[in-house]
Amino acid sequence: MRFVLRGREPRWLAPAAVAVGVLVTVALTAIPIRLAGANPPAAFERYLVTPLTSTSGLYEVLLTATPLLFTGIAVALAFRAGYWNIGAEGQFLLGAIGTTAVGTGLPDLPAPVALPLGFAAGALGGLAWAVVPAWLKRRVGIDEVVTTLLLNPVALLVVQGLLNGPWRNSESGFTDSDRLGTAYDLPALVPGSRVHWGFGVAVVVVVVVGIVLTRTATGVRIRAAGQAPRAAEFSGIAVGRLQFRCALVSGGIAGLGGASQVMGVQHQLTSGISNSYGYTGVIVATLGGLGALGVFLVAFLLGDLSVGAQNVSLVLQVPAQLGAMFSALLLLAVLSAMSWRRYRVQWRPPRASAASESQPERGPTR
Amino acid sequence: MSLNLLALIGAMLTIATPLVWAGIGELVVERSGILNLGIEGTMYLGAFVGFLAALRSGSVWVGLVAAIVAGLLAGALMGLFAVTLGLNQHVSGLGLTLLLIAGCEFTFRLLYAGERPTLDDKFRVLFRGADVIDQHWLTYVGFLVLAPLAWWVLGSTGLGARVHAVGENFEAADVAGISVARTQYAALIVGGALMAIGGAFLTLAVLGSFNLDVVSGRGWVCIALVIFARWRVWLAVAGALIFAGTNALQLQLAITPAFGDVPGELMLALPYLTVIAALAIGGRGVRYPGSYLKAYRRG
Repeated sequence: MRFVLRGREPRWLAPAAVAVGVLVTVALTAIPIRLAGANPPAAFERYLVTPLTSTSGLYEVLLTATPLLFTGIAVALAFRAGYWNIGAEGQFLLGAIGTTAVGTGLPDLPAPVALPLGFAAGALGGLAWAVVPAWLKRRVGIDEVVTTLLLNPVALLVVQGLLNGPWRNSESGFTDSDRLGTAYDLPALVPGSRVHWGFGVAVVVVVVVGIVLTRTATGVRIRAAGQAPRAAEFSGIAVGRLQFRCALVSGGIAGLGGASQVMGVQHQLTSGISNSYGYTGVIVATLGGLGALGVFLVAFLLGDLSVGAQNVSLVLQVPAQLGAMFSALLLLAVLSAMSWRRYRVQWRPPRASAASESQPERGPTR
Repeated sequence: MSLNLLALIGAMLTIATPLVWAGIGELVVERSGILNLGIEGTMYLGAFVGFLAALRSGSVWVGLVAAIVAGLLAGALMGLFAVTLGLNQHVSGLGLTLLLIAGCEFTFRLLYAGERPTLDDKFRVLFRGADVIDQHWLTYVGFLVLAPLAWWVLGSTGLGARVHAVGENFEAADVAGISVARTQYAALIVGGALMAIGGAFLTLAVLGSFNLDVVSGRGWVCIALVIFARWRVWLAVAGALIFAGTNALQLQLAITPAFGDVPGELMLALPYLTVIAALAIGGRGVRYPGSYLKAYRRG
């Protein structure tokens, strides 16, 4: 038995690989659940099904999925263009800073002005944080993976510096900012629930990016630039400029996520405002196949899981970090399973003379 | 104001120690052409497993050995993703970090919810009471054994040449009869162990306890240092000392009234900003290893 490269890939293979990845993830996460003294099937029911069985649970899932929709589609857009933006975490934080700046600086504006202004400031903050790596990539040719990554801890330090210094709460003296003007509070999407209009904005952004990527000439150019930059360049696409613009838009969208979280949930800046949403965005985008529909599904799944994990930690005493473990495992398992798609098993032993090697160790390129 | 220079140098050496261990670990890996973004998670794993094993066994040495084993395994796992399966290195590395941190936090919460366990006995400093040289043995070994050894092995031995060949041009290395997969796995496994020792130093030598912020971005600092050093051991050690120096200075300034207003966050952001500035100025002169971020596939 040996592994050889496939000539053609049957259509059932990709879904099958995803299913294998999901099964492996479920099997592996059953171990820590077991160790925590809970019954895995019952726990999985609570993780995945229980949040969806009540209206209030469903609203919590949508609320939790909201920041992931923003960061997920932001990362997906950049990755599609072949720009490896892993700085959504920092861009999200700068968005939160931008919104807090206008929200505490101009607290008395009327809501119809305040809300768009808050979002605009957030988008601008995220965009500003994306400019330096994008510029370095385009003008100096510096790999963006490292620069976007390294700006994440810097962004967190900026938040902490502001909260320890000029933005320290003027009433309590705690290290979180003053409350934004009430005009900046995003209204509830459904009266009585915590789901706010940030979710609506997120849905619009995801849909628009999805349409642009799949239904417009710009989308074709973006995908060409990402998949085959040389060929795209030959066919007249200005790859560098396109990637630069996608990087900025990606940063702006991540910044919108920060704005939504400040105006819809926290109403002030805290150093824990991003619960690793930017890093999780990389998971959402990758598992979502860098498409709008996939981002929806995965953000919803991870939101569901996260609400379930909170619930399980209270009821079954399984620590809530299981949700984060599950999503990281899912990412690695699905990616691994997908990489095997390119190989098939050849049961007949190879003839001795044809000792040509195509072992799976020489894994496929990215 | 009274700056205590000797205390400053002593603190600098201690703060630099985990960066030297983990930074050299990352450097070895990157020399073989792989960017291991699992470093933050691997340091976290080393810090946690080391602490847990030391707490349960009552011996810091058992803790250190356990941390090393955990680091080897984390490196091998990264090898599975980046070498065997050829996955995207930044996505799988980030995934590994997220997985390891979540797994350690999960286990810590499960075992010690609401408690703050501490080790009865952590590594003691040598030459207690003396200035500057009152350091942990891991500090001495890191600076005086590991760094020269890494410099010598990478620069002057056949093993180092093999790693370099694979990292610069894996097709050529393969043609020359060097096993790309085996070399990269070896680099990842050794590097993982070094990262885990860097993390374990924090819990077994400095703190004697574990908390969820124990590593707090030191892995990312190491990524920055390695690029700043352009993949050279001594420059990485120098970078670790410079960063640790500003860090120690900031800690002293914070308790010096006249300087209480200098935002410490600015100092902490310096290594990242320095690297980005160095990349911007060095520009195209910064030459990444030729195989960086690529996966090797024959034919």
